[in-house]
Amino acid sequence: MRHGKYRFLAGSLIVPLTLYGVFVLSPYLQAFQLAFTNWNGVDSAPVFTGFDNFSKLWDDPLFLAGLRNNGLMLLVVPLAVIVLALALAAGTRGTKVYRVVYFFPQLLSVAIIAVLWQFVYTPNSGLLNGALSALGLDSWRQSWLAEPNLALWCVMAVMIWSSVGFYVVLFSAAMESVPGDIMEAAAIDGAGPVTVFRRITIPLIWESVQVGWIYLGIAALDGFALVQIMTVGPGGPDNSTEVMGLGLYRTAFTFGKFGYASAMGVAIFFLTLSIAVLLLRVTKRERVEMA
Amino acid sequence: MMNLTRRSALAGVAAVAASTGLAACATAGGGDDDKVKQGDTSAENPLGVSADAALEVVIFKGGYGDQYAIDAGTSLKQKFPKVVIDHKGIQGVGEVLQPRFVADSPPDVVDNSGAGRLDLATLVSAGKLTDLTALLDAPSLDDPSKKFRDTLMPGVIEDGTFDGKPLVLNFSSVLWGVWYSKSLFAKHGWTFPKTWDEMLTLNDEIKKAGLQPWTWQGKYPEYLNDPLVSLAAKAGGFDLVKSIDNLQPGAWQSPAMLAAAEAIYQLAVRGHIMPGSEGLSHTEAQNAWCKGQVAFIPCGSWLEGEQQAVTPAGFDMVMGTVPALTGSDKLPDGAVMAASSESFIVPAKAKNAPGGLEFLRHLFSQKVARGFAESAKALPVVNGATDGLNLSSGLGSVAAAVKAAGPNVFSYKFRTWYAPLSKAVDDATGELATKRINPQQWAERVQKAADAVAKDSSIVKHQR
Repeated sequence: MRHGKYRFLAGSLIVPLTLYGVFVLSPYLQAFQLAFTNWNGVDSAPVFTGFDNFSKLWDDPLFLAGLRNNGLMLLVVPLAVIVLALALAAGTRGTKVYRVVYFFPQLLSVAIIAVLWQFVYTPNSGLLNGALSALGLDSWRQSWLAEPNLALWCVMAVMIWSSVGFYVVLFSAAMESVPGDIMEAAAIDGAGPVTVFRRITIPLIWESVQVGWIYLGIAALDGFALVQIMTVGPGGPDNSTEVMGLGLYRTAFTFGKFGYASAMGVAIFFLTLSIAVLLLRVTKRERVEMA
Repeated sequence: MMNLTRRSALAGVAAVAASTGLAACATAGGGDDDKVKQGDTSAENPLGVSADAALEVVIFKGGYGDQYAIDAGTSLKQKFPKVVIDHKGIQGVGEVLQPRFVADSPPDVVDNSGAGRLDLATLVSAGKLTDLTALLDAPSLDDPSKKFRDTLMPGVIEDGTFDGKPLVLNFSSVLWGVWYSKSLFAKHGWTFPKTWDEMLTLNDEIKKAGLQPWTWQGKYPEYLNDPLVSLAAKAGGFDLVKSIDNLQPGAWQSPAMLAAAEAIYQLAVRGHIMPGSEGLSHTEAQNAWCKGQVAFIPCGSWLEGEQQAVTPAGFDMVMGTVPALTGSDKLPDGAVMAASSESFIVPAKAKNAPGGLEFLRHLFSQKVARGFAESAKALPVVNGATDGLNLSSGLGSVAAAVKAAGPNVFSYKFRTWYAPLSKAVDDATGELATKRINPQQWAERVQKAADAVAKDSSIVKHQR
């Protein structure tokens, strides 16, 4: 019987593993290999250039701009999403209808979200400027995505808007699994709602929050699709919304430098990996055991 | 516990990958022993097409469709009935063809156009294209006493020439100018200005009439570059255009280029640009113009086709050539920036290169070109192809601009040759039009970018 079991396991895994190897692993490995060449995308014999591509990254103003902007997004987006999601999850306990509403953006593809928000931000007939005028705040009207100081914040607002709903649902579900008697006991001991939230709820749902940090950290290092579709240029005005993913795409498909673009990809890969590990370590807490 | 499983899983995955040799390459090339033999050349068959070889044609099927290329195939088959044509009209040409160029098994003719096209400069520097000289010197299809090269509009061959070698032939001609509505201008009694000073004066008048003088496709700043570099070319002449393309030190800071930047800057300074334009997509800006809210918009000659669905009846759009910058411009009135698009290439490793060239000889014939003008509402680069056709308002004005310009047609190469420079110019022009930088700063920035490209040994340089 035993042999039959292994044969069955091997037989059912070989197809998915092969697909995974061909379509996921092999492109990764090839990118690592190409990162050390000057491949232009059509050449059949790229030249090995050692670490040239990687050392070039350090004085590429576009890549550095991307790094800077992704860094800012990493500081702002995860924190904002988690705080908002926790607040909304705590504030809407038991009322499922809100959760459906918050979850709605999650059902839209990024491309649709970007196009929608482009219309919200557009200067002359946009929803945002229209709303400001309706409130009598005409002096606040802006060319939102065309102002270097505002554009990245506008993109981040969309990122937050589109991801907060998922975490509301995630945190709500976690909160519901917190046993009611613990809460009750705390209340009897004289703890107010804020203390209960800080001392009881957060520690008990911390694993979900930790997952949130990591997913959002990875998402903040991307942002390619939103920037590519929404922003001026794209990546503008004047590279104020440049992200690393966009730089990679442009380097490969506009500038025809696939080797250099692969080096960017490898750098982003290691950056994302280290940040994920770092977030995992920093957010580590003693697990509360509930028997 | 968790770490352990993760690590062992990674190790397992790595072992699988290594054992199956997946690191093997996106870059392996193939052989080229399976080329079709060249047929005998004759007056009837100047390019030596082998009469029964297969011919694979890949066409970008975008705004212009691909009927014209099917027509060209039909025309070729009339002469060589045994040739089997495999016609593919596709989008995303680059995605489909990149692996085939890498493997050195490309099709015989490609229309390398559209958003996902392959970078021409890269194809050229990798030596992937056939020299088209044989085709250019062959007799034309319609009049055997005329060489093929003499049937094309001025500038077309040069447009596809890289370091003295003709490698690309563009089929559709694109002119850049400033567009306005003939009926709107007639209503207000305005005439299209001849000089930039007149343009600024007229703009004030337009503002007084309660309209916005200019808008532009702010989301894509290159649209405003076109009038800027056109003004500079008119003032500085062909020498300036060459010095820009040859990355000469200081070319972007030359007096003509600076004056052109100043001219565009003045639109912003004097409030002649519709507020918010810098945040508009091309559709939004062009629609505002089509609604008659704005008098002028800079664009290439594809505008009429693009706006077809939203242009009100009786709007009568017309492309005016960019006005003269000074009273002492080096190029005469009517000089116009033109380039050609729909880039046809015959890959160097094509199995049936003579067939590919013959296909182009049929494509650039009078009959096929006329069909293109009618179906695609664009100007083919074949001389006289639109003569006697009943052209729409916009296309008619474009054809008239070509005639008026005569030999004074200029085009910049830096956009195709040096994509990083062209991005730097776009960024700077976006800042100039919003007054965040002034013309001196604009020139300084762009010059710096040009110098950086000139210094970068990883970018292949071209000269003209």
